[in-house]
Amino acid sequence: MEQPILEMRGINKAFNGITVLNDVNFSVKKGEVHALMGGNGAGKSTLMKILTGVYSADSGEILIEGKPVSIKSYDDAQKNNISMIFQEFSLIPTLSVAQNIYLTREKKTSLGLLDDKDCEMKTEKLLEELGVDIKPTEIVQNLGVGYWQMTEIAKALSQEAKILIMDEPTSSLTKNETEILFSFINKLKAKGYSIIYISHRMDEIFQICDRITIMRDGRYITTEKCSETNLDTVISHIVGMQFDQAFEWKERSYATDVPPIFEVRNLSAEHVEDINLKIQPGEIVGIAGLMGSGRTELLRNLFGIDPIKSGDIYISGQKQSIKNPKNAIEAGLALIPEDRRMQGLVLEHSVKDNMILPILSKVKKGAFIDSKKSNEISRDFVKILNIKTDNIFKQAGLLSGGNQQKIVLAKWLANDPTVLMLDEPTIGVDIGAKTEIVEIIRAMAENGKAILVVSSELPELLALSDRVIVMHDGKIKKEMTRREIKSEEELQYAIQGF
Amino acid sequence: MQSKVSSIEKPATPSLKGFEWRNYIVYFAFVGVLIYFSISLSDEGFLTSGNLLNIVRQTATISLMALAMTFVISTGEIDLSVGSIAALSSLVGALAIQAGYGIIGGLIGGVGTGLVVGLINGLLVTKVAIPSFLVTLGTMGAIKGAAMWVTDTAPVPIVDANFNFIFGSGDIGPIPVLLIWTLVFTVIAHILLRKTTFGRQVLATGGNENAARFSGVKTMKIKLMVFLATGLMAGLAGLLYAGRMNAGRFSFGEGDELSVIAAVILGGTSLFGGVGTIIGTIVGSLMIGTINNGLIIMGLDVSQQMIIKGIIIILAVAFGKKAMKR
Repeated sequence: MEQPILEMRGINKAFNGITVLNDVNFSVKKGEVHALMGGNGAGKSTLMKILTGVYSADSGEILIEGKPVSIKSYDDAQKNNISMIFQEFSLIPTLSVAQNIYLTREKKTSLGLLDDKDCEMKTEKLLEELGVDIKPTEIVQNLGVGYWQMTEIAKALSQEAKILIMDEPTSSLTKNETEILFSFINKLKAKGYSIIYISHRMDEIFQICDRITIMRDGRYITTEKCSETNLDTVISHIVGMQFDQAFEWKERSYATDVPPIFEVRNLSAEHVEDINLKIQPGEIVGIAGLMGSGRTELLRNLFGIDPIKSGDIYISGQKQSIKNPKNAIEAGLALIPEDRRMQGLVLEHSVKDNMILPILSKVKKGAFIDSKKSNEISRDFVKILNIKTDNIFKQAGLLSGGNQQKIVLAKWLANDPTVLMLDEPTIGVDIGAKTEIVEIIRAMAENGKAILVVSSELPELLALSDRVIVMHDGKIKKEMTRREIKSEEELQYAIQGF
Repeated sequence: MQSKVSSIEKPATPSLKGFEWRNYIVYFAFVGVLIYFSISLSDEGFLTSGNLLNIVRQTATISLMALAMTFVISTGEIDLSVGSIAALSSLVGALAIQAGYGIIGGLIGGVGTGLVVGLINGLLVTKVAIPSFLVTLGTMGAIKGAAMWVTDTAPVPIVDANFNFIFGSGDIGPIPVLLIWTLVFTVIAHILLRKTTFGRQVLATGGNENAARFSGVKTMKIKLMVFLATGLMAGLAGLLYAGRMNAGRFSFGEGDELSVIAAVILGGTSLFGGVGTIIGTIVGSLMIGTINNGLIIMGLDVSQQMIIKGIIIILAVAFGKKAMKR
């Protein structure tokens, strides 16, 4: 049998007595793209942190090409030809591509000065070899996000990396950029590089990966060839039980004979043009479109973050004047933003403090916060939404992505909005939490709210929406009831094919 | 087989549209200021070579400190203590000369004082992890106090004519020594920032500290070095004040941090770190000097100059922010 380039054997790791990795095995062959999957908290990132020297394992061994190695720091990892392509980009935005790639490894002239020409030539050669069309002298911040990642990969390869770890590499990429990245990954594969690919996106994994290793609750579950498995099997391994059918669309009924609870008339703003929209009470409307089609921008306009140029917004038949988010909240709107870490949560604050932030006025007792009442409300939400936390006083930043997103939901449920707008509600969330979030949104609609969801994940959009609006270049290009959409392909075609 | 992967979406390439006019605004502004004063003050002799050389003399101290400040700001930090360091250094230098240690003694005393304060600033920022704004706000006050205390606010005269020649009032032919000081250090600073690993790592640290660290840059060491640099140059600036005025005095350098930071920001160095330019800094410094000089000739007093400098800083940063957003 072929010798794996990387093997991790019997890895154990515990923090403060809590086992996070339990006898985990993981092996990667030369020239393969190997997916590492598992729900949030399955132990994927801990395993990778052990591989890159951020943590050290309590027991177990790491073998590179059959030889045991000791990895105590990121330097050690790099010496063993392992490189992490960071999720939060690790380039210096103000330096050029060449300067970034050879940072701290620059060649010097005989006078001891930097030889930028040499750097640029080597970079040009490297990029040429990889087939990436970037100028070495380009300042990184002027490049598209997709190219940042390729620059990072080029940097890793220039450091003789043979094993690349990519953590959710497509999370900030558009579809086009993702395609470019994938063709790039295929090239790397052909050249014999091995890639560990961490992602929640199943379609991508089946498209790009050769094998899948699945972890759950800190344990190794299985490794399978992509060609010999299927979506249901993988999901059942991740979830640990047969996947419930949350992602199947259920035809819902809602009142169609009453006036719309939410209406937008002829709204125009910097990035959107002439938007008309009506939502019935209890109806879920999905907005589909490519990145930059104006989806997120529209939500921001409706919520008063960015100003509108013209047009009117009606809630329950009343015309609203929304100049800022405070007006919007008072009018009964809620927006759950895409980037919860930046916009949705105060990560340093406790679960409870986050939840009661929008309803402070409701839990006040005189000038003070009624701690009994606010604790009660917070505990209720933790229970209803099945948020996994030790207690309501735990720092929100310490929870997993899915649970953080549930706190954001709780924040707005507490405020009891009339119209709930969600931007990519399940981004970066594991499949288990995803189905739960979908259920919560459905339950909100059942309570008669108007729901407006933006999502790039079409299965999710199709599972949720009663009606789908397709946006393109800031305009509504198509409107379809869910019944009219026969398949995901058809919606995809509507989004892409004009 | 090497098909290029990019055909769909080209990366942005610098074109005329992407021309960062902000990076060059200082040059236009400088020329504008020169033309304005040349016309409005033509009768008062603004444009005479005597006055222009005077501007260079008066600006030398600001320029030297601004050169070092460019490095500090490029790492995303700030040093408010430069003016106070200059004051204390002028006094320590003068006292050393008075005590008979000669020019070398004065030099070691003045520059050494600056280095010690720079070291304290740097260690507090890197080891104790206090934001540099607070550290240097503190040392600005403390060092100023020390400068007032060391001679009980009395000036210390320097009678060593050689010292006064080298560090201040001397001219070699038509060229003031202060111009030579400025030129020499400008060239050194420019090469350091653009052409050495040190400069590259300074910019990397300011551009994205985490990324720099992961790339092997010892960011803490870099930060310590830049505070030593401002200490050193502020110490030297103190000696240049002393040489020009033939004395050490606690009031030297008062308010200089404002001029120095204004010069650096005006020059195009980003207050957010990662982008720095020495040539811009020098032009920024000369512009501040020219404005000072012009305002004095116009008959405005120190208080009015301060108002104008404050406004300039705010405008410079406001322009910078606008460009960042785009």
